[in-house]
Amino acid sequence: MAHAQAHESHKGLIWKVFGLLTVITLVEVFLGIKKYDFLHLSSFLGTSLLNWIFLILTLVKAYYIAWYFMHLNDEHKWFRRSIVWTLVFFILYLSFFVLIEGGSIGDSFTGLIRRMTTFH
Amino acid sequence: MEATIPAHSDAHVDKTEGKPFNASYGKMMMWFFLVSDALTFAGFLGAYGFIRFKFLDSWPIADEVFTHVPFTHATLPMIYVAFMTFVLIFSSVTMVLAVDAGHQMKKKKVTLYMLLTIIGGIIFLGSQAWEWKNFIGGSYGAVQLNSGEIAQFVDKDGHQVSIESFAAVSHGERTQHTRSNGLWFKKEATIPPVTLHQVTEGFKNHPELSIRTQEIDLATKKKVILSRAESVNLLTTGKQVVKGANLKVNEYGKTLFGDFFFFITGFHGFHVLSGILINIIIFFNVLVGTYERRGHYEMVEKAGLYWHFVDLVWVFVFTFFYLV
Repeated sequence: MAHAQAHESHKGLIWKVFGLLTVITLVEVFLGIKKYDFLHLSSFLGTSLLNWIFLILTLVKAYYIAWYFMHLNDEHKWFRRSIVWTLVFFILYLSFFVLIEGGSIGDSFTGLIRRMTTFH
Repeated sequence: MEATIPAHSDAHVDKTEGKPFNASYGKMMMWFFLVSDALTFAGFLGAYGFIRFKFLDSWPIADEVFTHVPFTHATLPMIYVAFMTFVLIFSSVTMVLAVDAGHQMKKKKVTLYMLLTIIGGIIFLGSQAWEWKNFIGGSYGAVQLNSGEIAQFVDKDGHQVSIESFAAVSHGERTQHTRSNGLWFKKEATIPPVTLHQVTEGFKNHPELSIRTQEIDLATKKKVILSRAESVNLLTTGKQVVKGANLKVNEYGKTLFGDFFFFITGFHGFHVLSGILINIIIFFNVLVGTYERRGHYEMVEKAGLYWHFVDLVWVFVFTFFYLV
């Protein structure tokens, strides 16, 4: 498939993707500086809404980099799937256990250790 | 062995026969490597996430740490690292333009875009070096307590103040022990600009100051600031003055914060460095016409895959170290 389009330039698409990645980064930076309380201080599924927004925007950026810069969209369907599905599965698996375990250990620690704010 | 090779006479077999997934050997191996490398970075960032969740209520706040921008002394969180991200994304664009020009066998354009990519990479690496310099040098300084925790100093408005600004004047003198004037191969680490005694005395003489702890009030997501009385009391347990960061202690808070920063951004920076070197090699190959003679620019494409991957990883490092 890559060879079929070999001589056709993707320049227009490349600049569009670049524009999109820049806009997403600017939005992230803007939200990161503003840190609106209703996003930053909220809590949803273990973290703030702001963090979820950052995470989703990051995944959108990752999608565009992988699909259009690393041209996964031009690769054989099952080649693409063998890469993406493998990574998605293992990374979700790892993050799920590691983050829950981290939170759990943190909760058990709180109250057991002496803290600066309780020093007398 | 011969029996396992499919016959070439089959009408439906196209010219990509023998290539699984229509991908060339080199490209597939590059993807194999990138998948394993992605899992390595996932492991590192996963470990970072583990520690973040473990110390959810005492982790340094990135906005208070990474505030430097060249040519100004203003406190501007995010701006510089956003610039770095932009540089890397832009160098990814020039790389993909080089690959695109390679598909059309336009040698001159490939050369130009490869050169721009290399320059982008060097700017990024230089920026990271500057970021490290600020991180290691520190800005305000702090005192590490006997408990290992970091006490920072703030004025009445809650703005952090530097330890040099209030430390008492010292009459003693302490010079750093260097390798040249002592035992063979022995030297000591850089000594802080002021002593613990100076800081403690200076703190007593400045009633407007208090201590900001490394603990976060989870309701407001701000660091807890102690009352004046509590601050004076807590400072009696001071162990050492900390300025900047190293692997053992840093003025920003948890030691692991500095360790993860050095390790993950360092590992990523090492990838950028390798990418630049690979791109330079490919650049010269393009220049002497290696790929022109070979009839295709697939090598540029493979180097491009690696370069985009480095960009991809940075997108995640940016999110987890500076945003969340």
